[in-house]
Amino acid sequence: MKKAWLNAKFATGEGGLLIEHGRVLAIGNDVTRDSVGSLTPIVDCAGKVILPGIVDARVFTGEPGTDYRETLATASDAAAAGGVTTMIVMPNTEPAIDDAAMVDYILRRARDTAKVRVYPMGTITKGAKGELISEIGLMKSAGAVAITDGVRSVANANILRRAMMYAKDFDMLVVQHVEEPTLATGVMNNSEASTRLGLSGSHAMAEVMMLERDLRLVEMTKCKYHASQISCAESVEVMRRAKQKGLPVSCGVSIHHLVLNENDIGAYRTFFKLSPPLRSEDDRRALVAGLADGTIDIIVSGHNPQSEDTKRLPFAEAAFGATGLETLMSAALSLFHNDNISLQKLSQAMSEAPAQLLGLEGGKLKIGGAADFIAVDPNRSWLVEPSSLYSRSKNSPFEHRTLEGRVIETVVAGTVIFNYRA
Amino acid sequence: MTKLPERPVFLKSAHLLGVSDLSPLEIPKLLDLADIYVEVNRNADKRHAILSGLTQVNLFFEPSTRTQSSFEIAGKRLGADVMNMAVSTSSVSKGETLLDTAMTINAMHPDFLVVRHQASGAVELLAQKVSCAVINAGDGQHEHPTQALLDALTIRRHFGRLEGLEIAICGDVFHSRVARSNIHMLTKMGAHVRVVGPSTLLPSGIDKFGCTVFHNMKDGLAGADVVMMLRLQLERMSGTFVPSQREYYHFYGLTEEKLKYAKPKALVMHPGPMNRGVEIDSSVADGAQSVIREQVEMGVAVRMAVLDALSRKGHNA
Repeated sequence: MKKAWLNAKFATGEGGLLIEHGRVLAIGNDVTRDSVGSLTPIVDCAGKVILPGIVDARVFTGEPGTDYRETLATASDAAAAGGVTTMIVMPNTEPAIDDAAMVDYILRRARDTAKVRVYPMGTITKGAKGELISEIGLMKSAGAVAITDGVRSVANANILRRAMMYAKDFDMLVVQHVEEPTLATGVMNNSEASTRLGLSGSHAMAEVMMLERDLRLVEMTKCKYHASQISCAESVEVMRRAKQKGLPVSCGVSIHHLVLNENDIGAYRTFFKLSPPLRSEDDRRALVAGLADGTIDIIVSGHNPQSEDTKRLPFAEAAFGATGLETLMSAALSLFHNDNISLQKLSQAMSEAPAQLLGLEGGKLKIGGAADFIAVDPNRSWLVEPSSLYSRSKNSPFEHRTLEGRVIETVVAGTVIFNYRA
Repeated sequence: MTKLPERPVFLKSAHLLGVSDLSPLEIPKLLDLADIYVEVNRNADKRHAILSGLTQVNLFFEPSTRTQSSFEIAGKRLGADVMNMAVSTSSVSKGETLLDTAMTINAMHPDFLVVRHQASGAVELLAQKVSCAVINAGDGQHEHPTQALLDALTIRRHFGRLEGLEIAICGDVFHSRVARSNIHMLTKMGAHVRVVGPSTLLPSGIDKFGCTVFHNMKDGLAGADVVMMLRLQLERMSGTFVPSQREYYHFYGLTEEKLKYAKPKALVMHPGPMNRGVEIDSSVADGAQSVIREQVEMGVAVRMAVLDALSRKGHNA
């Protein structure tokens, strides 16, 4: 069955979108009320922007093991509300996604309970303990799109080296959380702010040295490597040089590191306790610049649901992580409004680039491609209230804040899975 | 006792430390000599006295069943007095150094010293200090020349040649002295060698040894005349070099299915001992294409040939 979205804008240009059987049939100026025929149901976008659905490459859920935080179903509700049509779930579950059976379990649970597309990453090491290499080949066969130890770094250089050598044989992307664990022992950025708050700090160099070490391992192994999130100015420089060298490397940044800084922690607000920590305003600006010039490849939500029990604690004792699926696009639009980042660039970094990186279909609206897209009103402001969020956990750093711009409609394979009603 | 045919002297070196010491002219002659001993061994009367009065000491610092017994039988069939030094109950376990042990044995005037040691280069070090012929029965991850000779003999007896054959060596090349000696041997004799395995089990620079590198069995076995499997030690496949036994079996274990990638009558070889159901399926190990037991038979003949050839060097005898 056909359906058309008309009178829309795109990241560049305007027109309409015609779909059939979950795929794009036509797109652009030619798609008009007349051209689609009177029998085709239509949606009048009234000038809203149609973008490819977001492919979020860093999402944590609590399924299996800590369902009270989030299930694949609740995460997918949050994803739908945030315009995320594909979520890549991290393997830090209980048990960890470290073998083919677990990969298969996630895919089956997602098929049965989730509205959006879900693909898991498997662990690099068994149990994400950093000691023994996981069954990378079998996980790939089962459908894992990459390997990562998620919230942990593989600290042992020899183990990561062997994992990279092995992963390369299977053309598996290695995704690393870049923090030297023996140095990154603090609870926030190591700075004047941490001293003022009397909190232990993790120096930005803990990230830089892990990143630099990893890049040497990439030189040795030629393995495809992705730094999951970088958070400081120096890391941007390091990545820029690595790309100039022609290494097969890429990196991501979380939306929170692009729009927030360490000062947002204010009076020990634990929803701003992240790993890596929020850095200085200079770092944030460098990240935005790195995104603009293409040094940073993708934007992720880093969605990490945490229950009140683990967040309503003294800052040092609280869990790391913030939810982000539902606010990802709205927060990204603040970069469009305030930091001169084009919609095209934002969309590319949130959809096309991650899809390409992980070898997934989608991420781009093209004839014959999957009809995964969102309608966005860049100027619609909305108040982020815990009660209005779909995620099972409410640890959003934007709570009680008004964001400008939001996702109005989310479509996966031609089916509308979310419609915003203010 | 049947009479042995004319056997010309041809080894240049006083020892057999590695395949790298053997010239492409010496190797076929050694194999010719081994062919003679294959026939001798198949006779009811296998005994000869050509090493009568000579002493062969087997000095195995690493446990071994087949190589040690193969050398023992080879020496005894040629009439040598063979003594096995039990290292685990000897002075070595009391802390004696390798060279002190060597000097002690040397003082007893043996004629052959057959040595296996866990350290690469240990046999060569020992050879510098003793005055008899030293045969390397495997040193660390370096060489195992008699294994390469027996493999070459097995292959040559089936194909009538080594030159031009496509030979796939699969599995843990990284830790394997058998693989290294075979690569030297086979490339020297004009065969085309491929190594097949995950990158974690292939040593760096192996492509510089004149072999082609593959990381999957399908491409690596395509059109192969010989599929040589290597042993993978169990402790190396629980996440250090390879994720697990089941993953290794899935991608690199030689099954009947994977064997079909090779030529229809390709030989299947394994130096032993095998991990059945890990690097090789029982149906393949015991199948029609397997020459694994024949390799053991060739082992005795090759070692007789080596002892014979070294004894006629006039070095110590």
